[in-house]
Amino acid sequence: MGNLILKRLLLAVPSLIGVVIVTFLLTRALPGDPAAYFAGPAATAEAVEEIRVKLGLDQPLIVQFVRYIGDLSHGDLGSSLTTGQPVAAEIKRRLPASAELTLLGLLVSMAIAVPLGILAATQPGSLIDHACRVVTTAGVSLPVFFTGLILIYVFYYKLGWAPAPLGRLDIFFSPPPQVTGFYLIDSLIAGNGALFVASLKQLILPALTLGIFSLAPIARMTRASMLAVLSSDFVRSARASGLSSFTVVVTYAFRNAMLPVITTLGMVFSFLLGANVLVEKVFAWPGIGSFAVEALIASDFAPVQGFVLTMAIMYVALNLIIDILYGLIDPRMRLEA
Amino acid sequence: MSVAPALLVQNLSVEFRTRSGVVKALESVSFTVAKGETLAIVGESGSGKSVTAYAVMGILDPAGHVTGGTAMLGGLDLLSASNAAMSEVRGREIAMIFQNPRAALNPIRSVGRQIADVLIRHGNVPRKEAPERAVEMLRAVGIPDPSRRAKAYPFEMSGGMCQRVMIAIAIAAKPSMLIADEPTTGLDVTTQAVIMDLISELSSGTGMATIFITHDLALAAQRADRIAVMHAGHVIECAATRELFERPRHPYTAELIAATPDRAANLDELASIPGALPDLRRTDLPPCRYSERCPRKMTECDQPLPRSPAVAAHMVACWNPLR
Ligand SMILES: Nc1ncnc2c1ncn2[C@@H]1O[C@H](COP(=O)(O)OP(=O)(O)OP(=O)(O)O)[C@@H](O)[C@H]1O
Ligand SMILES: [Mg+2]
Repeated sequence: MGNLILKRLLLAVPSLIGVVIVTFLLTRALPGDPAAYFAGPAATAEAVEEIRVKLGLDQPLIVQFVRYIGDLSHGDLGSSLTTGQPVAAEIKRRLPASAELTLLGLLVSMAIAVPLGILAATQPGSLIDHACRVVTTAGVSLPVFFTGLILIYVFYYKLGWAPAPLGRLDIFFSPPPQVTGFYLIDSLIAGNGALFVASLKQLILPALTLGIFSLAPIARMTRASMLAVLSSDFVRSARASGLSSFTVVVTYAFRNAMLPVITTLGMVFSFLLGANVLVEKVFAWPGIGSFAVEALIASDFAPVQGFVLTMAIMYVALNLIIDILYGLIDPRMRLEA
Repeated sequence: MSVAPALLVQNLSVEFRTRSGVVKALESVSFTVAKGETLAIVGESGSGKSVTAYAVMGILDPAGHVTGGTAMLGGLDLLSASNAAMSEVRGREIAMIFQNPRAALNPIRSVGRQIADVLIRHGNVPRKEAPERAVEMLRAVGIPDPSRRAKAYPFEMSGGMCQRVMIAIAIAAKPSMLIADEPTTGLDVTTQAVIMDLISELSSGTGMATIFITHDLALAAQRADRIAVMHAGHVIECAATRELFERPRHPYTAELIAATPDRAANLDELASIPGALPDLRRTDLPPCRYSERCPRKMTECDQPLPRSPAVAAHMVACWNPLR
């Protein structure tokens, strides 16, 4: 198992180097002149030029790149042009907000999609099978910002069940002392039940939005893989040996059927990272997605680079976790390492 | 037939309702197996051997429907028993092993635990003792170093070892009836013999009745007390092994025996049976499904087949049998 992890980590190194190079080039190729944006609309040509020199933008690309790598090796992601704040600190502050939202969204969608897919597969042609088909079709065709807006309209504006979609906490509350950065967990650590409920209330709608978005691929994969496993030889022989249908479906079929679902999770998660950006915008969520959008609009490339790099690292980390999970379930993987 | 039958199947009919039509996979299949006896079911691919076994075990695909007949195991009709009653009987009274043993085992569960699962379910073995008993079972089916092997996964074992594990699972609850569906297909010749020896050893030790499904008539001749020949979903002949080989009555059986390599003196004598199985989805299947391939066809052959009881000493379903 240790071998497997080490191997996957080493494999991730070239892709991370690739990401660093590509984001660097991509941000330089962005339309718009950061120096002009920074100097403001009233600035003279000389003033813009002065700023360009100050930012090092007059240097050849290769020099800029070497400097960027040098900074990166100290964990320095540069500073935002608009706020002057160091990007690394800003990302560190905002990352838990995004992570909490995305993970909860994934959890919500798995809690619905996996049982739905299993029931649809074990009772083909039943009502629940049709429900599964409707949900997966609807989930694919609804744009994520649209779901978000509908949820806000119904549950906040019409019914008043949800709080205003304005960030992680109602203004009457102050955040819990930071341990994990996840408000749900930190408020529990602090033993503050009211705070837990308050942050959960803020989380429900955006998490549901993300959940609905990722429902379809997970439900579809669970159903398909469960159907395949249920008609396989070993399920037939498990039945023939008289094991209870619970053991057959859960212990024998389900665990095997989860393997392709776990693989799908990696892909779903990368979709979620993208959808997150829009959802954070709709719900005024102070995460790294909304941070990146603002920076992108301002041609502020240090935050954009920082954002993309963070995402890449998260993606690599998640795939590593998936590989480990896979290895824990499937003995054949462990041997391969 | 003095011994009480372990299993008595009468007039079993099965059809598969598929999108491309109704497959009449079995029609009025009857046979009996006595306690301690080995009955071989032989027939070419697609003749309905596996479907017969699955129907008796109650593990047909969802598309498959039993449309008639009985299968009496002791006092219980397996075909009309409730799901609850069947899951009590399966694995405890009647067990089955399959071809392609590696695919028939759960790929991500150690073989010891798979045996333990069945022991806990049927053997009245406490959960804590089950792993130990599983190791004993592995030893009983001749697996070397059983306590280490119990922790292994199917992909770490040879096909022959996997079939031994399947046999251990099947006999864990000491069933009175074992169905072996082509248990040695895909194994090398020596392993085949070893597995077959193991099965006959276990059945003669406990008085377990065995149904041995194969398409290899020569292998059936070596191993079985009686042979039932299937063709296109019918049992067309059933008799004691020697009787069947010495006095085959159905033209198809005669052709099969002539086509068996062991019997033919050389390859030139190895006849091949003309024609193929009829498409079982046809709505105009003749009463005798062999009649379209049969050299002895007569006008009576368009009448419904003569019925003979499942317990007849030499049963043949033909209007114009040999001798
Ligand atoms: N799930 C199914 N749906 C439709 N038809 C089926 C199904 N399973 C079996 N059949 C049909 O039933 C008939 C008998 O099949 P069966 O598997 O019993 O053959 P077999 O004698 O075991 O052959 P083999 O030696 O290849 O295992 C075949 O014509 C097959 O097409
Ligand atoms: Mg078969």
